[in-house]
Amino acid sequence: MNLKTVLAAGLVAAVSFTAALAKDVSGAGATFPAPIYLKWADAYKKASGSAVNYQGVGSGAGRKQIEARTVTFAGSDIPQTGEWLDKRGLVQWPMVMGGIVPIVNLEGVGASDLVLDGQTLGDIYSGKIKRWNDAALTALNPKAKLPDLPIIVIRRSDGSGTTYNFTYYLSAVNEDFKKKVGTGEAVEWPVGIGGKGNDGVANNVMQTKGSIGYVELAFAIQNGLAYTDMINSAGKRVKPKFESFQAAAQNADWAKADHFNLVLANQPGASAWPMTVATFILMPTESDDAEAAAAALKFFDWAYANGGSMAKDLDYIPMPDSVVSKVKSAVWSQIKK
Amino acid sequence: MTHATPSLDHDGRLSAARSKILARMALGDRSFHLVTRLCAYGVFILLAGIVVSLIMGAWPAIQTFGLEFLVTRRWAPQLDEPILGALAPIYGTLLTSFIAMLIAVPFGLGVAIFLTELCPIPLRRPIRVAVELLAGIPSIIYGMWGFFVLGPFLAQYVEPGIVWAVQDIPVLNIIFGAEMISNISLFNASLVLAIMILPFITAIAVDVFSTVPPVLKESAYGIGCTTWEVVTNVVIPFTRVGLVGGVMLALGRALGETMAVTFIIGNSFKIDGSIFSPGTTISAAIASEFAESADLHRSALMYLGLLLFILTFFVLAAARLMLMRLEKRAGA
Repeated sequence: MNLKTVLAAGLVAAVSFTAALAKDVSGAGATFPAPIYLKWADAYKKASGSAVNYQGVGSGAGRKQIEARTVTFAGSDIPQTGEWLDKRGLVQWPMVMGGIVPIVNLEGVGASDLVLDGQTLGDIYSGKIKRWNDAALTALNPKAKLPDLPIIVIRRSDGSGTTYNFTYYLSAVNEDFKKKVGTGEAVEWPVGIGGKGNDGVANNVMQTKGSIGYVELAFAIQNGLAYTDMINSAGKRVKPKFESFQAAAQNADWAKADHFNLVLANQPGASAWPMTVATFILMPTESDDAEAAAAALKFFDWAYANGGSMAKDLDYIPMPDSVVSKVKSAVWSQIKK
Repeated sequence: MTHATPSLDHDGRLSAARSKILARMALGDRSFHLVTRLCAYGVFILLAGIVVSLIMGAWPAIQTFGLEFLVTRRWAPQLDEPILGALAPIYGTLLTSFIAMLIAVPFGLGVAIFLTELCPIPLRRPIRVAVELLAGIPSIIYGMWGFFVLGPFLAQYVEPGIVWAVQDIPVLNIIFGAEMISNISLFNASLVLAIMILPFITAIAVDVFSTVPPVLKESAYGIGCTTWEVVTNVVIPFTRVGLVGGVMLALGRALGETMAVTFIIGNSFKIDGSIFSPGTTISAAIASEFAESADLHRSALMYLGLLLFILTFFVLAAARLMLMRLEKRAGA
């Protein structure tokens, strides 16, 4: 074989490779749902032969990419307003849910041993409560032995949908937190140490005695960290688990939410987990590549129908059927295929 | 000069063949000159391109915040009209680099002096290799080690004692005070930085120390100087230009180091005077926030990058100036 044939063969291979990629669906965005999207994509490829690529680059970066139309769809943990979407010719819908849990590192304290409420958690994160034996904490946990230690607050250093949902909840239930810190993907934290990503926060909490952090439930379970229970809006103590996340979604008023613009924090219901998070898909109504758009919708349809148990395996919560049928009738119909 | 003048033949003329060869050599010289010149100018073009793109990226933030950016302590990207200021990252950058130099320069010079003046010959190679290997460790490894090993160790065994010891001494109880001691602090970051830049200082110091003519040292020893006197009066004065160069290199690395610092500094935009508090540096702030930033926030991060660029430039320029002065004084 001479050099020319090698080059020609390489060129043919390269061309056919890009041709194969072009038919595929690409997505980018939030890191929080990336594990389940990848698992779905893997199973979907086995079932249908079509590939879906998803890159967990962050919600903000995902929104940028869909605005520039460099991907077929974007993932974002933060719902956008109808006005924002219309201006950019995009639609959004919730794809899957999870929950944020407070995690603590205290000697002799295991999962669900402590309980917190929004007021207390907000006061810790705004720097008002500084020690573990603070009266507010001992009042909530009369049985627990809380040490006379400073609370080391761990939070995200990067902008993140997790932080958005966490601060959204704390601002909703704690006036002081709302004034001092507010809601955002990246906020001006008055206290604490910043860790990069969910795993950065989990690692910092694991390493630091007397620390508190917030991560998605999956990260707490994977790392064997002690999460706490919460008092929800109905005043009931709830554990962070599948049922309480599901309850929050069930009670949420999706029907009234314009463009599905709904944050699942602090939903009503006696068993609802207060820091439940829905993660969203953004897609243009008129795609440059209608074929890819159709293929993407096929994938999402398949994931809604078959992805539930896979989601549960990874501690995600599938959307309730009522929401799914509304997504299909109200949103997908707008996308030109 | 090694160039021989072209020899003349019997008739006193250059032979045709010879002048042809000479012409070809001249052409070769010229094209070599051109290529090397292009390479050198290419560096300028690259540098200018980086500066221009940094300024362009930072322009919205420069217009919004102006020079006030330098003295604003708040970093609040979540507000409708974000308030972003560089004071905390600048403070963290300068403080960590300063502490790192404070530790690494004497330490590194000590290693170098031992290696060149005092070390038994069989030990010399292993120690040098070990120091050089230290320079080869990727910075992320230092970050992990600082996070998992050094940080917890300091927080458990070292820092509480210091905090307790200085609690009643004014000023010191602010610098070494801490409301809470965690595995993560400006001091820990400085210590890891010090370890990272140590090999630079040592390697260069060893190299320049070995340029000291033995006759100088031997004369000093001959008139009865101690090793200490030889080092301080002969070796260091003779090599200070090279030493300052090594220290500058190290400072450059300390100012810009990103990964290891991002791991262990705490990424907190606060200035409270204590070196045991979490803080941030310019490069750590950019590394942790850039991916999820947008609009003015992103532009402000570019502005931070521009500041780091300027800061490094001025540090290097100041060091050069110092060097020139030293040389002048040495010449006088």
